[in-house]
Amino acid sequence: MKRQRAAACDSRPSINVDRRTFIGTMACAGAGMSFGALAQPPPPAAAPVQAQRATITLHVNGVAHELDLEPRVTLLDALRDRIGLHGTKKGCDRGQCGACTVLVDGRRINSCLTLAVMHDQQAITTVEGLAVNAEPSALQSAFMDFDAFQCGFCTPGQLCSAVAMIDEARAGAASAVTADIKAESNPGTISDADIRERMSGNICRCGAYPNIVAAIRHASARTG
Amino acid sequence: MIAFDYARPTTIDSALAAAANTQARFIGGGTNLLDLMKGSVEQPALLIDVNHLDISAVEELPDGGLRIGAGARNSDVANHRLVRERYPLLTRALLAGASPQLRNMATVGGNLMQRTRCDYFVDTGFARCNKRLPGSGCAARDGHNHLHAILGASDQCVAVNPSDMSVALLALAATVNVRGVGGDRRIAMADFHRLPEDHPERDTNLKPGELIVSVDLPSPRFAQNYHYLKVRERASFAFALVAVAVGLDIDESGRVREAGIALGGVAHKPWLARDAATLLTGKSAHDADLDAVAAAALSGAQPLSRNAYKIPMAKNAVVRAIKIAMEA
Amino acid sequence: MKGSTGSAMNRVDGLAKVTGAAAYAADFDVPRIAYATMVQSTIARGRIASVQTERAAQAPGVLLVMTHENAPKLPAEGQKAQPPGDRALSLLQDDQVRYNGEPVAVVVAETLEQAKYAASLLKFSWEPAVPALDFESARASAYQPAALTHAPPDVTWGDVPTAMRDAPAQHAATYATPMENHNPMEPHATLAVWNGDELTVHDSTQCVVGARKALARKLGIPVEKVRVISPYVGGGFGCKGSAWSHVLLAAMAARKTHRPVRLALERTQMFGPVGYRPRTRQELALGADSAGNLLAIRHDVVSSTSTFEDWSEPSAVVTRMLYACPNVSTTHRLVKLNLATPTFTRAPGEATGSYALEAAMDELACKLQVDPVELRLRNYAEKEPESGKAWSSKALRECYRAGAERFGWSRRKAATGSLRDGEQLIGLGMATATYPANRQAANALVRIGADGSATVQCATQDIGTGTYTIITQVAADALGLPANRIAVEIGDSQFPEAPISGGSMTAASVTPAVQAAARQARSQLVARAVADSESPLHGLAGDEIDAADGWLLSRADNSRRDAFASVIARSGGSPIEARAQAKPGEEKDQYAMHSFGAVFAEVAVDPALGEVRVRRIVGTYSVGSVLNAKTARSQLIGGVVWGIGMALHEQTLVDPASGRVVNANLAQYHVPVNADIADIDITFVDENDQNFNPLGARGIGEIGITGVAAAIANAVYHATGKRVRDLPITPDKLLGA
Repeated sequence: MKRQRAAACDSRPSINVDRRTFIGTMACAGAGMSFGALAQPPPPAAAPVQAQRATITLHVNGVAHELDLEPRVTLLDALRDRIGLHGTKKGCDRGQCGACTVLVDGRRINSCLTLAVMHDQQAITTVEGLAVNAEPSALQSAFMDFDAFQCGFCTPGQLCSAVAMIDEARAGAASAVTADIKAESNPGTISDADIRERMSGNICRCGAYPNIVAAIRHASARTG
Repeated sequence: MIAFDYARPTTIDSALAAAANTQARFIGGGTNLLDLMKGSVEQPALLIDVNHLDISAVEELPDGGLRIGAGARNSDVANHRLVRERYPLLTRALLAGASPQLRNMATVGGNLMQRTRCDYFVDTGFARCNKRLPGSGCAARDGHNHLHAILGASDQCVAVNPSDMSVALLALAATVNVRGVGGDRRIAMADFHRLPEDHPERDTNLKPGELIVSVDLPSPRFAQNYHYLKVRERASFAFALVAVAVGLDIDESGRVREAGIALGGVAHKPWLARDAATLLTGKSAHDADLDAVAAAALSGAQPLSRNAYKIPMAKNAVVRAIKIAMEA
Repeated sequence: MKGSTGSAMNRVDGLAKVTGAAAYAADFDVPRIAYATMVQSTIARGRIASVQTERAAQAPGVLLVMTHENAPKLPAEGQKAQPPGDRALSLLQDDQVRYNGEPVAVVVAETLEQAKYAASLLKFSWEPAVPALDFESARASAYQPAALTHAPPDVTWGDVPTAMRDAPAQHAATYATPMENHNPMEPHATLAVWNGDELTVHDSTQCVVGARKALARKLGIPVEKVRVISPYVGGGFGCKGSAWSHVLLAAMAARKTHRPVRLALERTQMFGPVGYRPRTRQELALGADSAGNLLAIRHDVVSSTSTFEDWSEPSAVVTRMLYACPNVSTTHRLVKLNLATPTFTRAPGEATGSYALEAAMDELACKLQVDPVELRLRNYAEKEPESGKAWSSKALRECYRAGAERFGWSRRKAATGSLRDGEQLIGLGMATATYPANRQAANALVRIGADGSATVQCATQDIGTGTYTIITQVAADALGLPANRIAVEIGDSQFPEAPISGGSMTAASVTPAVQAAARQARSQLVARAVADSESPLHGLAGDEIDAADGWLLSRADNSRRDAFASVIARSGGSPIEARAQAKPGEEKDQYAMHSFGAVFAEVAVDPALGEVRVRRIVGTYSVGSVLNAKTARSQLIGGVVWGIGMALHEQTLVDPASGRVVNANLAQYHVPVNADIADIDITFVDENDQNFNPLGARGIGEIGITGVAAAIANAVYHATGKRVRDLPITPDKLLGA
C-alpha cells in the first residue's frame, strides 16, 4: 500500500472550515496545550455549540468513502457508524484492549484513539478487507484451524494486528524480547515469546492466546 | 466529547499562530489527549494537528548525537537504525511502553507531554484532584495509592509520570527543543518535567503556546553498557510500578567513566538519580557498592499508605539494572 | 460413536468471525437509529436533590434526557428481583442512590458523539448520606442469607469442634479473594426497537429467554410481545446472564423517543451496573491425623452484596463435596455495602472456594510433610460426602496420575526455594479442580428441507463456547447428514426454549434435545421412505435403515439407498419438522454429578522485584465425553487463563472514601495479555458419563478456572517460602515485610 499522507497534507483541499461556528467554539472549553504547554486547568464544561464539520475521504479496503463529519468522530466510529463496517470492534474505546485495531497505510493502530479527520485520504484496512480474492487469507484460515478465538469479538483486531506484526518482524523491527537490539535482525521464524510480546496489545478475554500464537506461527511460516 | 475545531497546519509558524488561542491543544498521536477528552478531563476548543508539520525526521548531529523530530512515532524511533546502534537504551525503553499499536501512533512530543495515569485524575467522577481541579484536594493520598509517588510528591499531588521513553531520555541527558512565537528554547530533560509542589496542574515547564519540535541526544556514551528494567504487574502492556534506566560509560580498565541513572514510576517526573550516578563513577563491577548506590537513588523516599513496597523494589531494580549494564 | 461428534471440527461460525461478518449486539443497524448513553451517580449513597437537564436537552441532536423525573413509571411488582436471573435494577423510578456508578439518567441523541457530550452537561446535585463501604467493619453485622443460588447457606455434619480439637494435625488460616469484574471483550449493548406494542431487542446476553421474561415482567407487557435476539455474544462469563438496567433503559428510551435506540455500555460502565465477583473472606480450618487423613473441615465464608439485593458467592460449597471427611461445617454470611449487586462470575463459588480449600490443603501437606498429590489421594471421596450418593462418573484419580506424569511432578523436591533459574526462584504447585455437572430442560426443533439439508433451531446461545459447532456435530450424527448441510440457528427467543448459557450446562442440556429432535426428524423421513412405493427402501422396517451423508440406506444392502431430498420430493416436497425436549430425570436423585481435574503449575518468581510469571500449566480433566476435541481444549485453556488472572492480576479497587471503582478500565484492571500466557497443556481422561446424559458429556465452561489460583499460589510458596493468602499475588505482596 502506498502512503498517501504527504499528498493529502500538501493539497489539504478537504477541510471545510465553517467560520460561522469557529468563533462560538473558541469562547468555550479548556485552556492550555497538550503536546505543547499547559498553563491553567480547564474551566468547567462549556456551553453547547455547533462545531465545524469536515469533509474527508477514507479509502477503506480499497473503496473511497467521502464523509462529512464532526472532527470529534473517531476513526472507529466513522468506520462503524458512518460507513457501516461493523467488523472493527469497540472493546474499551481507550486504547487499552486492541479490539479496534486497523491498518492505516499498512501500520496497525487503535482506531478508537484517533480522529477520522486525521486520516483524510489514507488507506485503511479493516477485517473486512483481509480476505484474498474473497477467500480467507492464510492467516484467517490459520485462526480457524487453530481455534484462535472463542467469542470472536477481539478477532478482527487480533487479525489486523497479526498481519502487521508479521510484517514488522519480517522487516526486522525489534520487540521487547529481541535479544540483540543493535543487530539488524530479520528472523526467518518468529519465536513464540516474540509473537506473545508483539501481540500483547490485543486482549483476548476468552484466553485464546496459545491458539493465537499457534495460528500466527503457522501462518507466518507458511507464507514466509 | 466536547465539540471542537480542527486545524491542520503545514508549517510550524502557522501551528504556533493557531496556538495563540489558549484553549487549543496540539495533537500528535492523540493516544493520551483523546483518551482524556473522552473522559472530559481535557476540553480543548481547538485541536491543532501537528502531523503535517515537517518535524518527524531523525538526523545526525555533528557530534555524533541525534536529533529526533517531535513528530516521529515511538515505533519508528525505537527501530531507527541509528537509535538502535547508538542509543539502544532508548529503544529498550520505548519497546517496554504501551502496545505496538499505541507506539505506532504516539509521537516523541506527545510522549513527553503524557499526563499521569492516576485513576483519580482521569475519572471526573472523583471530586478531588488538584491536578484536574486545583484546590479540590487529592483523593489518591488517602485512597488507592499503591501506584503513586515515593519521591518528590507534595501535599497537593502524589501522581507519577507514566512515560518509559522519558526515563531513558533523562538517563541519556537529552535536550528538548521547543519553539514558541517568542523564539526557540532548549530545555534539558532534567528541567522539562516538574514536581507537583503547589501547582500539580502543571506537568512541564513549557510555556503556553510552545511546541516541542525535536529532542537532541548527546554524542553516544551508553551504547555498550545499558539496561532498561521495567517492573510491572503484567508481562507486557502495563505501566511501570518502577522502572530504571541505566547507561554506563565504562573505560578500558572496567571503571565507570560516566553513569546516567533515572527512575520511572516513582515521582511526578522521571527521576534523575544524580547522587547514585556520582557514587558509581570511578567504580568497577568489583568495588562498586551497589546497595549504597541504590540507597542514594532512593534517598528521601517517602512511602504513602499503600506503596511502601516501591522502595525495596526500586532499590533492587537499581542494583539489578546496574549489574546487567556492567556485565553487558 | 462414529461421525462428527467428538471430532476436532473447526467452529462452524469461524468464517463469520474471521471476516468480520458475525454481527454482535452493537453491530445491528436499523433505519432511524438513535444513540443512547447512560449516566451514573458519583456518590455511593443518598438521593438526587435536583438535576439540571436544560443544557443537555438543548444540546445539538438531543432527543431525550431521561431521569427519575420523567422516566416512565413501571409496575412495582416487576422491580423486585426474581432469582436467579431477574435482578433488582436501577430504572430511574426514584431519587435514591445506592452505589457509586448507579445509573441515574439516559441521554439519547442523533449521534453517539452528541449523546455523550450532552450527557456531560447534566448537572446533578446530590444529597449524600454516609455509605457503608468498609468490608472489615461491616463483618460485625454479617448475616446468613436466605439461600445460595443452588444450595443452603450452611451445611454441617459430624461434630467439627470436637474432631478439630482432637486432631493431631491442624491448619487454620484466613484466605481472601478480591472483587473481580468479568470484562468480556464485548461490552454489554442493547438495541431496542418498538413496533407498535411489540418490542424487539438485540442484546448481548447469555440468556435470550431470560432477558425476554425480564423485559416483559419489568415493563409490564406480555412476554409474547417481546423478542430478544443475540446470535453472537462477545463473551459473557456470567455478567450477561441477567438483563441489567441498561437493557430496560434502552427499551424505555426507545418507547419515549419513538426511535430505535442503541445503548452500548462503555468499558468503565462494565464495573458495577452489570455485576461482579464479590470480595470474599474465607476462614479455613483443617484437622487431620498424622497420616493426613482429614478428620474435620471448617469453612466459613463472608462475601459482600449490595444494600438492595442479596447475592452470595458460594465459596464453601466445594468443601461439601471434594474430600472424604467425617466432620464438616460450612457457612456463608453476607455483608451489605453500598456497592452494586454482585453476580455469577465464571465458576461462582468453586473458583474462590477451591482457591482457599486447595491452598489450605497445600499448607496441611507441608505441615505433615506429605506430598500434596498423596494428601489428596488419601482423602479421595469415593462417593459424594454430603449426600452419600455415588458419582455418576469420576476419574479424578486418573487425572492426578496422568497430570503428575505430564508435568513431571515426581521430580519436585518438597523444600521451598530449592529451584533457581538465574535470578528467578522456580516453584511447582498443584491443586484439584472441580465443578458440578448441571443440566436443565431444553427444547430444539429440527427441520429437513426440500433440498435435504437440515436446520436446527434452539433459543440457546453461543458465547464463545462453541454451541453452534457442537449442535452441528450432534445433529449431523443423529440425522446422517454432513456437517456442512446443517444450519444452526440460535440466539433468538422465538426458537424453542433453552436454558441460560451459564453453569456450564449448555452442551449438557441442549445437545440431548437436538439429538432427540434430529432422531425424530430422521424417523419421520424413514417413515416416508418405507411407505413410498417408489423408494428403493420401500417396505423395509425402520430399524433396517441407516442414514449417512444425506442418504437413507438399507443396513443389509447399502446399494439400496434413497437421498433425503428425493424422499421429501416424492412425498410432496413438504419439509419434515420435529420438536423435542430433553431434561434430566431420576438420575439426579441417584447420582452426584461433578467434573474434576488436576492442575499443576510452574512459576518463576523474581524475589528482588516481586514479579511472578507462570511458566506452564498442566491440566488433566475428567469431564465425561468430549463433544469437540478442539473447542473443548480451547475452553479449558480459557478457564486456565482466567485462573492465572485471578492468581496474579485481577482485582477491582473501590475507593474507600467515595465507593467509586478506581481502576474501572482495562489499563489498570489487569486481565492477562498474551505475554502472560505460556504453555498450557490440556488433556482429558477417557470417559463417557452415560449416567448423566445421553451424550455422556458434562459441561466444561467453568472447571478450567477452578484450582488454578491455588496451584499457582502453592507454586509461589514452593518457590519463595511465602504464603500469600489474599489474591492476587502482586509484587507488592511478595516484597512486603
